[in-house]
Amino acid sequence: MEPIEGKAYMEQNKRSRGMKERHYWEEWTGRIYTSVCVVFLVAVIVSIVYFVASKGVATFVVNGVSLQEFFFGTKWSPDGEPKSFGALPFITGSFAVTVLAALIASPLSLCAALFMTEIVPKSGKRILQPAIELLSGIPSVVYGFVGLTVIVPLLRDVFGGQGIGILAGCLVLSVMILPTITSIMADALSSLPGGLRESSYALGATRWQTIARVIIPTLLPALLTGIILGMARAFGEALAVQMVIGNAPHIPQSLLESASTLTSVITLSMGNTAMGSVHNNALWSMALVLLLMTFIFVLLVRLLERRNRI
Amino acid sequence: MKAKTTDKIATFVICFFALFIVALLVGLLGFILARGVSHISFDFLTSAPQTLRAGGGIGPQLFNSVFLLILTLIITIPIGWGAGIYMAQYAKPGKITDFIRLVVEVLSSFPSIVIGLFGLLLIVNTFNFGFSLLSGALALAVFNLPLMVRTTEQAFRAVPKEQKEAGLALGLSKWKIITSILLPAALPSLITGTILAAGRIFGEAAALLFTAGMSTPPLDFTDWNPLHARSPINPMRPAETLAVHIWKVNSEGIAPDSRDIAAGASAVLVLLVLAFNLIARWFGRVVYRRLTAAKRMD
Repeated sequence: MEPIEGKAYMEQNKRSRGMKERHYWEEWTGRIYTSVCVVFLVAVIVSIVYFVASKGVATFVVNGVSLQEFFFGTKWSPDGEPKSFGALPFITGSFAVTVLAALIASPLSLCAALFMTEIVPKSGKRILQPAIELLSGIPSVVYGFVGLTVIVPLLRDVFGGQGIGILAGCLVLSVMILPTITSIMADALSSLPGGLRESSYALGATRWQTIARVIIPTLLPALLTGIILGMARAFGEALAVQMVIGNAPHIPQSLLESASTLTSVITLSMGNTAMGSVHNNALWSMALVLLLMTFIFVLLVRLLERRNRI
Repeated sequence: MKAKTTDKIATFVICFFALFIVALLVGLLGFILARGVSHISFDFLTSAPQTLRAGGGIGPQLFNSVFLLILTLIITIPIGWGAGIYMAQYAKPGKITDFIRLVVEVLSSFPSIVIGLFGLLLIVNTFNFGFSLLSGALALAVFNLPLMVRTTEQAFRAVPKEQKEAGLALGLSKWKIITSILLPAALPSLITGTILAAGRIFGEAAALLFTAGMSTPPLDFTDWNPLHARSPINPMRPAETLAVHIWKVNSEGIAPDSRDIAAGASAVLVLLVLAFNLIARWFGRVVYRRLTAAKRMD
C-alpha cells in the first residue's frame, strides 16, 4: 500500500476518527437504551411486590389483625360489631376451585395432547394444535358469560338449588385452562428426544406400553409444568370465577353452595372501601397471598424444569 | 394377546376424551357465536349503551377497547422490544441475566387483578392519573411486557448467526447491526408476536376494573380535541372497555335485554380476538415465505 501523505492523510484520519466517534455513540445509545428498558422492567416488578406487600402487611402491623385470625378465622364481617377479618373462606375457596379445576382438566388435557402427538401426529400438528392455541386466547370474561348462561342453569336443573358455587366455578375454570394445559403438554410431547419412541416400538411395545412406560415417565416433569401453569392461571383468575361462584363470604357446606375466592372478594369489595381502612388493607393482604402463591407456582415450575434437564 | 387388548382400550379412551374436548371447545365457540351473532348489527356496534331500557349498543366500549389497545402498544413496543433486544444481544450468561429472566417469568405469571391493584395504588392514586385511559394503558403495558420481552428475545435469537457475523466483519457497531440487520430479519416474528399480544390485551378485563374504570362519560364523536372532557381521544377520561362491559352487564346489568347485550358483546370480542390470531398467523406465514428461501426451519 502506498503511504498516504499530507492532506489526503489528514482527511482520511479525520474521517476515520469521525466514524469511530459515531461508532462509539451508536454503541452506547443501544446499550443504554436497552439497559434502561430492562431496568424499568425490574423496577416495575420490585415496586409491585413492594407496594402490595407494604399494604398487605399493614393489616397485621398497623391495624393489629392477628395472622391467626386472618389465615384461620372463618368469620368475615368487616362492618360487623365486633369486626372480624377471617380470610379462610376465601383461601379455601381459591384452593378448592383451583385444585378441582386441575383435577378435571389435567387428565382430559393429557388425553388431548396424547391424541394430537401420538395417535394422529400429522393432522394433530397441522390442525388441532393451532386450534387449541387459538382457544387459549378467548378472554376470560367470555368464559364467565358462558358459565353464567350454560353451566349455572344446567347445574340448577340437574342438582337443584341456585347452580352457583364451587362446582360451577371449577367447571368454568377447567374449560378455561384446558387449552393452556393441552398446548403445553403437546409441546412437551412433541419435543421427546429422538429415538426413544422409535426404540420402544422397535422392541415390539404397543402404543399404550410406549406411552405409559416410556413417554409419560420421561416427560413427567414437563407434563406437570403444564398442570402447574394451568393452576396458576386458575388461581389468579378473577372475573370468570366471580361471575359464577355466588360470592357468599363463608365456607360452603357443599359444592353447590354460594362461595367466594380471594380474587372474587377483591374484585367486588376493592371499589367500595376507603383506602387505608382495615377492610381495604385486608383486601391487600389477600392480594399479597395471591402474589405469594404466584411465587410458589413459579418456584415449582423452576424445580420441575431442573428435574427435566437431568 | 393381553397387551394388544390394553392398547386398544387405551387408544379408545384417549380418542374418546380427545374428541370430547374437541367437541366441547367447538361447542363453546359455536355457542358464543350462535348466541351472539344474531344480536350484532350496525346499530348495536355504534350506539351507546342503555342502563334501563332495551336496545343499548356497545359503540363507546368498542372504541375504548381499540383506543386503549393503541395506547398500550405505544407504551409496550419500545420498552418490550428494547428489553427483549437486551436479553437476546447484550445479556451475558450469569447471575444478573438469570435474575432478569426470573423477573420476566414471575411478572408474566402475576394474576392480572394484582396488576390492576398495583395500577390503582401507584398510577391512579399516587400519580393521580385517576380512572383514565392512560392509567389503563399503563397497567396493561405492565401486564403485557413480559410476553413482549419473551417474543422479542425469541425473534432475535432465531435470526441466523451468520447475519450478525457478516455485520461484525463489515465493522459495524453492535447497535447498527441490531437496527439494520437483525431487526428487519426478526420483524415478521416480532409483528406476529405483537399481534398475538394485542389479542390478549383486547380481552383483558380484571386489570382494567380499577385503572381505566367501569364507566364512560357521554362521548361527543365530533370533538377530536384530546384536551376536552367529552372528546373520545382524551387519554385522561375514564373508559369502560368491551371486556369490562361484558362483565358489568352480566353481574349488574338491569336492562331487560342485558343477556342479549352480553351475548352480542361476547361474540364481537371473540370474533375480534380470533381475527387477531388469524391475522398474526397469516401475516407470519406470508412474510416468512417472502423473506426466506424456505430453508430455515423454526
